[in-house]
Amino acid sequence: MNTRIGWLAFLLIIPLIATAEDDNTSHQRVLAASCAACHGTNGNSVGGTPVLAGLDRSYFVLQMKAFRSGERSSTVMYTHAKGLTEEEVVSLAEYFFSQVRATSASPTPLGGL
Amino acid sequence: MMQRREFLKILGAGAIASAVPGFAHAAGKSQGRVVIVGAGYAGATAAKYLRLWGGDQLDIILVEKSTIFVSCPLSNLVLGGSKRIGDLTFNYSGLDRYNIKRLYAEVVGIDAAKRKVHVGEGDFLEYDRLIVAPGIDFMYESLPMLESAAAQESVPHAWKAGPQTINLRKQLEAMPDGGVFVLSIPKAPYRCPPGPYERVSQVAFYLRNAKPKSKIIVLDANPEIVSKKGLFTKVWAELYTGMVDYRPNSQVVEVDVGARSLKTEFETVRADVLNVIPPQRAGKVAQLAGAANVDKRWCEVDFLTYESKVVPGIHIIGDSVSAALPKSAHMATSQAKVCASAIAASLAGDPPDPQPVFANTCYSFVSDKLAMHVAHVYRYDLAKKIMLPAEGGGVSDKPTELEGDYAQWWAKNIWSDVLS
Repeated sequence: MNTRIGWLAFLLIIPLIATAEDDNTSHQRVLAASCAACHGTNGNSVGGTPVLAGLDRSYFVLQMKAFRSGERSSTVMYTHAKGLTEEEVVSLAEYFFSQVRATSASPTPLGGL
Repeated sequence: MMQRREFLKILGAGAIASAVPGFAHAAGKSQGRVVIVGAGYAGATAAKYLRLWGGDQLDIILVEKSTIFVSCPLSNLVLGGSKRIGDLTFNYSGLDRYNIKRLYAEVVGIDAAKRKVHVGEGDFLEYDRLIVAPGIDFMYESLPMLESAAAQESVPHAWKAGPQTINLRKQLEAMPDGGVFVLSIPKAPYRCPPGPYERVSQVAFYLRNAKPKSKIIVLDANPEIVSKKGLFTKVWAELYTGMVDYRPNSQVVEVDVGARSLKTEFETVRADVLNVIPPQRAGKVAQLAGAANVDKRWCEVDFLTYESKVVPGIHIIGDSVSAALPKSAHMATSQAKVCASAIAASLAGDPPDPQPVFANTCYSFVSDKLAMHVAHVYRYDLAKKIMLPAEGGGVSDKPTELEGDYAQWWAKNIWSDVLS
């Protein structure tokens, strides 16, 4: 129950945290860029995983919370969600919300051999 | 592809550049020049993200001796037969839109005091910041009989994806049913902690279907399976029952290349196909830079910037770094991004991220379709000044087709992030 209240509180103060995070864009962009291995540059996935760019902030936070609690079944996202602090999840939500959705594609293999 | 001489002429490097010190490159508009040596997962990512975060005024030069990128991740699947090396091979044309100058050349020396990278025959590039991302080098001094190209034709390492991967696959195809595949694993740290055990699983997958009377002997210098131990042990017992003979604490001390046999402290083992993964250290260019200060093997860095602790102005990223971090592709890209962000901030007069946080995800395939992960979030520890794994990391419950699907998409997304 405490956790639930904690998360709701975070949802309410997202705008405040966003202002604080602006003071160090370096921290936020490095954290968010780590998601790119599976979710593409700036959250524009080439496929197989959700596009995070432009995603609603509250939806992002609630999904991460559901991954962490196991309420939403997952594989690797359970592991990652548990490793992030609430502040980091909110910072990620802000970052991806502010990214522009764009078409992205995986490079074409040269083939042969 | 651009040849060295022609490239340097265009760049105004070499003898001309020596008269143009400091920041005054490219008609005086440049904010500075960053030279990146090595265009693997780490180096190519650093180049791209320097452009994304450093702006248009930054002069970015990527130096790489190969004109193609061959992915180590998924290359064990070539041995299993579900991928071909061409599926994992790319050129660098996707980086064109980031205005990254590329030079295909071998670096022969680094002068840290004069901030110059020598690319042979008196030619050099000047830099304001240098990023060295050379991956790994093999320590043949402990296994000198494996150093020659001819020896590696018979006994490949296949630990850098490419011709040796194809060679090893061909040897497995030519092996008679009932043959013995022997894999020798070096003591950690080495590139890709679960990689050797994934390789065992891939070879077992191929042999179970094509040559079911065959055996696999694993001679591991480590006291136990280094990564995903429980998962691999279960897979070998259940999917490849009776095929895998795993022997811990078995460090190779001698190899008879002609006879395809090797000696450990305890025994001599003969193989039909012999695959020895040699001990490893930081790539050659990191050694040329004088940055491999830990046991003369790995590079000690400041984890806020990845600047070498012993050579100012030179940043080291990827497998060459000395850290309690896995030497994986995702990790290489994460380090590249911290480094690129710090350099971009520094050239703009801003401080680096005071406490980097990043993640690592590493999938292993145990058949053509089944995969499993190990994943952690890593956070900079302000007191210890190193990256430490956060609580909550871990591994899959079991290998699944769903994770196999995710692993394939992981590859497509990380290739896109690194190369386009």
